[in-house]
Amino acid sequence: MSDTSVSDRSSWRDWLMSTSPASRRQARLGQFYRQWLSFRGNPSAMIGLVIVVALLLVAAAAPLVASQDPLAQNLPQRLQPPSWAHLFGTDALGRDIFSRVVYGTRVTLVIVLLVVITVGPIGLLIGCAAGYLGGWVDTVLMRITDVFLAFPRLVLALAFVAALGPGLENAVIAIAFTAWPPYARVARAETLVIRNADYISAIELQGASQGRIVWKHVVPMCMPSLIVRTTLDMAGIILTAAGLGFLGLGAQPPIPEWGAMISAGREQIFDQWWVATFPGLAICVVALGFNLLGDGLRDVMDAR
Amino acid sequence: MAAASGLAARSARWGRIVGRELVTVAITIFGLLLVTFLIARVMPIDPVLAVVGDRAPADVYEKARLDLGLDKPLWTQFAIYIGKVFTGDLGTSVLTAQKVTDDIKTVFPATLELATLGTLIGAVFGVPFGIFAATHQGRWPDQLARFVGLLGYSIPVFWLGLMGLLLFYAKLGWVAGPGRLSVAYQDFVDPITGIVMLDAAIQGEWDAVRDAFSHLILPASVLGILSIAYISRMTRSFLINELQQQYVIAARVKGVPEWRVVWGHALRNAVVPLVTVIALSYMHLLEGSVLTETIFAWPGLGRYITNSLLNADMNAVLGGTLVVGAVFIAVNLFSDIIGRLADPRAR
Repeated sequence: MSDTSVSDRSSWRDWLMSTSPASRRQARLGQFYRQWLSFRGNPSAMIGLVIVVALLLVAAAAPLVASQDPLAQNLPQRLQPPSWAHLFGTDALGRDIFSRVVYGTRVTLVIVLLVVITVGPIGLLIGCAAGYLGGWVDTVLMRITDVFLAFPRLVLALAFVAALGPGLENAVIAIAFTAWPPYARVARAETLVIRNADYISAIELQGASQGRIVWKHVVPMCMPSLIVRTTLDMAGIILTAAGLGFLGLGAQPPIPEWGAMISAGREQIFDQWWVATFPGLAICVVALGFNLLGDGLRDVMDAR
Repeated sequence: MAAASGLAARSARWGRIVGRELVTVAITIFGLLLVTFLIARVMPIDPVLAVVGDRAPADVYEKARLDLGLDKPLWTQFAIYIGKVFTGDLGTSVLTAQKVTDDIKTVFPATLELATLGTLIGAVFGVPFGIFAATHQGRWPDQLARFVGLLGYSIPVFWLGLMGLLLFYAKLGWVAGPGRLSVAYQDFVDPITGIVMLDAAIQGEWDAVRDAFSHLILPASVLGILSIAYISRMTRSFLINELQQQYVIAARVKGVPEWRVVWGHALRNAVVPLVTVIALSYMHLLEGSVLTETIFAWPGLGRYITNSLLNADMNAVLGGTLVVGAVFIAVNLFSDIIGRLADPRAR
């Protein structure tokens, strides 16, 4: 690095990179800074980060980014090819596809977040309980996990939506129901390693309860691999949700969901290619962003 | 060398492994049946109304309810369901008015044909790609392989199918459109195996073989791209793992040419996990075929499930789900056994 003068910045850096941190906060921030440095050196991971941040910004500022109301129909203007007025063209109801793609980021984010906040804790709880308690609890929980892993994910989600009825909420429930087993597996594998560590024995000897040990000492250690797993899983969740939407089982019209938009453009694919193409590109870019980010995070946080 | 006692110990160990494997499979199948049964039970649609219609008088309704066994306790119903499944009775499809098992027998070969060629494409391109990445670890071919692999995980398969149709069918005209066979050839090929290309070849209809291939290649390639991503990534990581072993260093020190170190020594040791990976990717293609078949109007299991789904034909949906799940279990078991048989340390 080219820090020549003794500035505030370089002293900050020294403080962060110190090999003998004086406080817990310094150690933690220093660790974080080192991870950031190694993450920053990975171009593909940085591209992923940029895409994900852009997704968040676009979703937050959708009304500012979109040029038109995503639901406003304009039949005289239907099926217009891409132009300056309609960057991605218009669909069969004359709605501006660019605006619909922009608002679609919100739908995608909502689905992904809802799935992750249900699946993460459930997987963590099941995995840590199985790994820490062992014995028959472990056997029973892992057998259940295996049964769900034996199902193809999309087909199981399809069967669930068929039973519950189509719709955004049911699609989320179905995806969550099929997505938790890998999280439980990861959390269990981590717990098995941590359980036999000396510091856990030390805490046990001090008389900590099992709940306290799992919650305060095992769960935090599982977090890095779980975060990596979650980021890599986001793409899969997005694709499954889009697949359900495409089959007409996810978000219902007129919600601008990307999978459903592709489905709507299917009839005109040979004549008006833009209707199905742009929502698909949006899915690709966002899924790729999460995959690149997760891949980079794995290199940084998950040395094993 | 191995005395009789060693042989006995070894076969006892094998017995234990096979026994444990069988128990696992039995439990998984039981769980599979339980899940499909429960899905059928939580369905908000009243199965009795589906049979008698919503204008049926109370006594007809009650009789149908008794006929369906819905008055019995849940566990008895589950036992009856298991009994039916094991005698090959998955119920009748409302949509086709045929037994679900018969329906699945007609559609399954089409999916098998698609997934097999897809896996073949994935393996033929994915394995060399992964080897190339592993031997150039950290340099640009590796970065490229990583990017392409992640891209493969990020493309929605149904969209890729549509784009393929748009480009290669509509614009370039290189391949045939949706369906399995052009109408002109449909009467020439009688179903023998259910796999159109094979049937046409047996009957010597070479034009029909070419036509069938032209229909098959695009959906199979779309599926293949998905498995190229997975297979190349796994090949890379297995091979890198092997290339770090001591025997590789020993071979290099001995002066063995690099291509023989990679292809002869390292790759041979990576074959076993690779077979497992290819088997797993075959499984995932069965799943990917659900959406691909919808795009290409391919009359396979995936389209059967989605079609039934859109018509609320629960017997067909759950029957199809059960079959796909059973295939998953079988492939898992198969790859486990292959892995154990081929690994001398486990023999």
